[in-house]
Amino acid sequence: MQWETVIGLEVHVQLATRSKIFSGASTAFGAEPNTQACAVDLGLPGVLPVLNEQAVAMAVQFGLGIHAEIPEVSVFDRKNYFYPDLPKGYQTSQMYHPIVGPGEVEITLEDGSTKAVRVHHAHLEEDAGKSLHEDFHGMTGIDLNRAGTPLLEIVSEPDMRSAKEAAAYLKAIHSIVTYLGISDGNMAEGSMRCDVNVSVRPRGETTFGTRAEIKNVNSFRFVERAIEYEVERQIELLEAGGEVVQETRLYDPEADETRSMRTKEEANDYRYFPCPDLLPVVLDQAYVDHLRDNLPELPAAKRARFQDELGLSAYDAGVLSASRAMAEYFERVKAVCGDAKQAANWVQGELSGALNREGLAIADSPVSADQLGELIARVKDDTISGKAAKQVFQALWHGEGESADAIIETKGLKQVTDTGAIEAMIDQVIADSPAQVAQYRDAEPEKRGKMIGYFVGQVMKASRGTANPQQVNALLKEKLDALC
Amino acid sequence: MALEHADVLRAAHLARLGLDEGEADRYLGDLGRILEMVDQLQALDTDGVAPLAHPLDATQRLRADEVTEADQRETFQRCAPAVENGLYLVPRVVE
Repeated sequence: MQWETVIGLEVHVQLATRSKIFSGASTAFGAEPNTQACAVDLGLPGVLPVLNEQAVAMAVQFGLGIHAEIPEVSVFDRKNYFYPDLPKGYQTSQMYHPIVGPGEVEITLEDGSTKAVRVHHAHLEEDAGKSLHEDFHGMTGIDLNRAGTPLLEIVSEPDMRSAKEAAAYLKAIHSIVTYLGISDGNMAEGSMRCDVNVSVRPRGETTFGTRAEIKNVNSFRFVERAIEYEVERQIELLEAGGEVVQETRLYDPEADETRSMRTKEEANDYRYFPCPDLLPVVLDQAYVDHLRDNLPELPAAKRARFQDELGLSAYDAGVLSASRAMAEYFERVKAVCGDAKQAANWVQGELSGALNREGLAIADSPVSADQLGELIARVKDDTISGKAAKQVFQALWHGEGESADAIIETKGLKQVTDTGAIEAMIDQVIADSPAQVAQYRDAEPEKRGKMIGYFVGQVMKASRGTANPQQVNALLKEKLDALC
Repeated sequence: MALEHADVLRAAHLARLGLDEGEADRYLGDLGRILEMVDQLQALDTDGVAPLAHPLDATQRLRADEVTEADQRETFQRCAPAVENGLYLVPRVVE
């Protein structure tokens, strides 16, 4: 039987506010345990939450970025459950009136085609603390620094049909939130996590199969692998005459499998109700319009502009617009050197290669966009050859000079375009290579083209790579043919 | 819908309240009367009435995104039964 996979994602994005969603405690990552957990975060008696305006603004910005409806009124609800890293006994969330309504995210697949994935809604909520199950004499350690950190939970419709589409969706969300600057998107530090709902159904079937929810997947690669494993498991189960149980599963990256989390005796019953400590949040139109007017250019728009205005290929435009840091770097290089295609080639070639080798992000590149732009400009105006440019790049990378010009100067890489100087070198090479000259002279005229390579090499060597290769070629041909 | 004994025990469990049999019987009666009143409310025609999220006719004030809380871990942990390396210790939780 042909099976179809149906996937929906719930992505939790940690918003990059300085303070927590309902308190003035810091959200900085990596602090000593419980030093950033104040009375409100601890749920001590008598405390009251006050909503962080920046968290609201960031959620609305996201909504606008995915062309979502922004309802005038949103309401916070309590989701009740007991767990030691949730000191109040409830999570403040938005169940019935989320801050962001239905929207749409455009994803780009590997073949360059695009697809729209609908977002059901996105809501604000607070994060819980962390439970550490290492050995504390049989006890569990609780760190509440993360408790109260603002999260935006983005819930998609079940619109994805493959693990690749799910990964592309997650990347698109990552790219939107980092472009907007509303999250650092750091998956390793947990700034973005996702729950994946997966089911399969016979192809052509219109109703959904029973789904399993895979919790807390924290990398693009794991999302893909967890789904692939889960799909295979469900198909095997169904083909053997079994049934998929609706349950929560955990993905174990080491074993590369999903495992059932022990189901509790009773199904979750969160008893949601409106939080009496928080009033409805009302957004006036002028506020929403102001945020809309100040949105940065988002990845999909940037990609289209790179293709239409700069004439880049779909692939190049996709790579260069994937992250805001990459796009800004590229645009700066382009502005300095005035050539979009050369800028694209250098950023994706020499620069990306070097970054990958050293495992560096573009933000940490030792070569600045200004330096690279200037270097490309020197190739364009024939100051240096393409070969010398790579040397200059390496020198910039290793901090051997402040600018391309300084390195060209100190290393003497300036291309020799003075015909007299090149001719002198050619005469010397011809005088030093009587045997090769004789061979050239005796060869059939149509074979001489290939033989000229030897002489070009010698001249380039003599010039330490600084002679202009086109000029060397032309002058050599002239001089050698004169000898025949 | 009549409330049953098992419903009371379930609600108590969800709220982590330990009730003995006598208490459970008493709550069955009390909660039953509350639900009767809810039934009366349910009978009202509320078509065209916007759901009320909060009894106060006001909207949420927002605070500026500023860190205003200093570290008071030592003070807060004084009332905790067990702490170690700055962590609160609780009976082991296994997922």
